[in-house]
Amino acid sequence: MYKIFKIAIRNLQRYTRRTALTALLIVVGLVMVVLFSGLAGSFKNMMIGLITDSNLGHLQIHKKGYVSSIDTLPLYLNLSPKMYSRAIKILEQNKEIASFAPRIKLGCMISNFAETTNVKITAIDPEKELQVCPAIVDRLVTDKKGQFLRSGEIILPEKIAKGMHIKRGDTVVLVATNKDGSVNGMQFVVSGIIQSIIGPQGKDGYITIQDARKLLRIKKTEVSEIVVRIKNFSRLKKVVKQLKMEFARFKNKKGKPVFEVHAWSDLSPFTNIAGMIDLMTITVKIIMIAIVLISVLNVMLMSVYERVREIGTLSAMGTSPAKILLLFVSEGLALGLLGAIIGNILGLGLLWFLRVKELTFSFGMMKNLVLKPEFNWSELLVLNLIVLLISVLASFQPAWKASRMEPAEALRQV
Amino acid sequence: MKDASGECIITLHNVTKVYKTGEVEQTALKNISLSISRGEIVAFAGPSGSGKTTLLNIIGAMDRPTTGEVFVDGIKLNDLNRKQAAHFRGEHLGFIFQSFNLLPVLTVFENVEYPLVMIKNVPARKRKEAVLSLLAAVQMEGHKDKFPDQLSGGQKQRVAVARALVTHPGVVLADEPTANLDGKSARMVLSLMIKMRVELGATFVFSTHDPRILEEVDRVYTLEDGQLKIQ
Repeated sequence: MYKIFKIAIRNLQRYTRRTALTALLIVVGLVMVVLFSGLAGSFKNMMIGLITDSNLGHLQIHKKGYVSSIDTLPLYLNLSPKMYSRAIKILEQNKEIASFAPRIKLGCMISNFAETTNVKITAIDPEKELQVCPAIVDRLVTDKKGQFLRSGEIILPEKIAKGMHIKRGDTVVLVATNKDGSVNGMQFVVSGIIQSIIGPQGKDGYITIQDARKLLRIKKTEVSEIVVRIKNFSRLKKVVKQLKMEFARFKNKKGKPVFEVHAWSDLSPFTNIAGMIDLMTITVKIIMIAIVLISVLNVMLMSVYERVREIGTLSAMGTSPAKILLLFVSEGLALGLLGAIIGNILGLGLLWFLRVKELTFSFGMMKNLVLKPEFNWSELLVLNLIVLLISVLASFQPAWKASRMEPAEALRQV
Repeated sequence: MKDASGECIITLHNVTKVYKTGEVEQTALKNISLSISRGEIVAFAGPSGSGKTTLLNIIGAMDRPTTGEVFVDGIKLNDLNRKQAAHFRGEHLGFIFQSFNLLPVLTVFENVEYPLVMIKNVPARKRKEAVLSLLAAVQMEGHKDKFPDQLSGGQKQRVAVARALVTHPGVVLADEPTANLDGKSARMVLSLMIKMRVELGATFVFSTHDPRILEEVDRVYTLEDGQLKIQ
């Protein structure tokens, strides 16, 4: 095999310009994929990280029907204390789960004593929330030091704070209607301003869950949702499936399930963008495959047509058809390998350069995001295997043609 | 199927070869019957298009007769498939071509070594010994690291002779081996082949119209329009 590969490489060296051009095409294709996957993939992963670590968590548990009515933040679809304790039991027993936190979501009127507007509030247990969404602190545009949120404090979304000219330390009033229709108001001190983020809860303000219970006059431990963080994010689909099965055991009197379990991707509109990125990455990969396929096929066909007499000589000497096939396939493989090596070096080099340059960009309301492109090594391995496989496949037809040549006829060729 | 004769290394019975191009049929060989003994040097002579190369291709298992039987080294060639034919050629035959047909990407040493590596799987040490001894025999050991494009025609043909003989074949088929050589080189290559016949005991079959070869061979079969004229 070593000798066959050696002959293949020598044959590639024989047509230096053609080999270089074909390898260059493979390099361009591969660099294109490495760059695009690196940039788009890093952007996608960064956004998913931001969304899950600072807002949605990895998955959420609600009462059945809550998510489809989430725009109205229906308090009557909160999890009852009984349902909440059942859910906690299941979550505590699951070894895949790192942490979870309860939330109450409510719609309020907010007043700074001069102006009034409406605001969506997520009421949290700050300690538990930080375990589930540790990056929520990073979204604060005000001082990040000190305790994240205390009773009597409110963190306001940036847009509302700007629009109402509210600063940190100001006092505001929240007025809310509970599920029985009674209206109540409470004063809060603004402890921070938070940057908005894409998604259903991206423009919410934050108060503590105890304050929300006071405001809504809820005496028991009912919650709107439980937000969950798992230990290994790559196992999210499996964990969601597993939890869905476990929660499906609980049914109401009509025999319908009382819980619903959603992965972050079911809740965020970014899933569609992520899907588009994946589609575009696949498209770029298909373009690369086409480039490799056409260029290797073309060069190998030329190679076979130019070397008919040589093939006749090999065959006349007794080289088996299988070895002739292998000789040409090895040539295609060597060409793919050459392109892959150079393509990897160039592609990764460019990614590294962009990483050092620290690209900044804005996405919707999120400003000055720093993109640090990186490449998934297993994806790179798969990409290289694809290049090599396509090189082999592309050279197979010309190689097959060479191996089926009649030696007498081939030797007659001028 | 084995040939009945133990003496003859090549036997042809009523071999006819017809080429078909669309509706047109062209007879290249007509009822050729001949026998060649082991160790003989034989030449097929005749003008261009007389069927010399076709006959050589049929003996070399590179082409099949339309009718008739061919036995080489006791093996009937008619029934061999592509793979068996390649194996037969590798095991029993050596080829020398008019245009030398050395592999341009291999050095002189590697060209001679090729059949031992790719066809016979001989271990490296034995390969080296065999190649070097043959290169010495054809006086090319000093050029072993050169590539074919660095050699003269005569030198290339000497390397081709070494390559044909390195596997110790029973039969060496040489198609116009001196046609592309000047007089001096042709004589040198020819005397080399005669010497190798004595040393290795191989049977040499030439296709030629070179009078220098015809003078040196044991027997000449003359072909005209695909028929054997004089034996």
